[in-house]
Amino acid sequence: MDLGPHAVFIWTAYGVTTAVIALLVARAIIDERRQREALVKLETQGIRRRSASHAGDDTLS
Amino acid sequence: MLNFATLANPSFFMRLTDRVLPWLGGAAALLFATGLYLAFFVAPADYQQGETVRIMFIHVPAAWLAMFCYTLIAASSIGSLVWRHPLADVAAKTAAPIGAAFTLLALVTGSLWGKPMWGAYWVWDARLTSVLVLFFLYLGLIALWQSIEEPSRAGRAAAILALVGIVNIPIIKFSVDWWNTLHQPASVMRMGGPTIHPAILTPLLVMAAAYTVLFLWLHLKAMRAEILRRRVETMMMTRVSRAASLKAAE
Repeated sequence: MDLGPHAVFIWTAYGVTTAVIALLVARAIIDERRQREALVKLETQGIRRRSASHAGDDTLS
Repeated sequence: MLNFATLANPSFFMRLTDRVLPWLGGAAALLFATGLYLAFFVAPADYQQGETVRIMFIHVPAAWLAMFCYTLIAASSIGSLVWRHPLADVAAKTAAPIGAAFTLLALVTGSLWGKPMWGAYWVWDARLTSVLVLFFLYLGLIALWQSIEEPSRAGRAAAILALVGIVNIPIIKFSVDWWNTLHQPASVMRMGGPTIHPAILTPLLVMAAAYTVLFLWLHLKAMRAEILRRRVETMMMTRVSRAASLKAAE
């Protein structure tokens, strides 16, 4: 594909965009996985959330 | 019946997003594949800007999302300050790093487009400077969340900053009309309709849809992680207090 004399600017722009989006996606997946693992670990230790037994469970804790 | 209160219930939110996220991820991938194909193999070179017009397909959606994300933070901040709903707080907090990333992309890709077209990577004109201010606002919000440990206090401080900073959004939008700038005026969202040829407008709109669906996926995923993080923190506090009361009983 010939992008002319300014190809380096075009490819750099697409390269930076790809890298940033890849980082955002990886961060989102890894962060959720880490928190889920920590939650499971605490639950296996017998720790329960305050609201876990309440109907509706409408709190974050 | 499904209403706002049901939707804003964290457990319901977790169940709903668990189902929705794979579809959003698939839709984003499909839209990006279509958008990139149109951008590189269908859209013609511009008669003035030549091949560099292809930077527009990633620059303009990034700039739109940068502004959309900040508007979402401001709307969530109202929900957080007025109704004190924790999900609004979570929505505002998790949108900030994503918005900062899109703003950075708008600045960098704009700069890479500016050099061959204007002869300079950067000029201190109204559009570029107001977007740079938006980037600093995002950094300020992230710094506030990082520096105040108690989430509700951090949320309140960040909400106030977000609502003050919303004044920058119309400044960004209308900066090209209010001041003389190197940046081109609005050519898609304007009275009288778009001024871009459909051959270039279509890939741009497909890429904008791809960015929007990607943003939704990233934001919902980040909100889920934040909800889990707060649950983990509460459980760890429970563990500490349980250990302390056991020690006291000995």
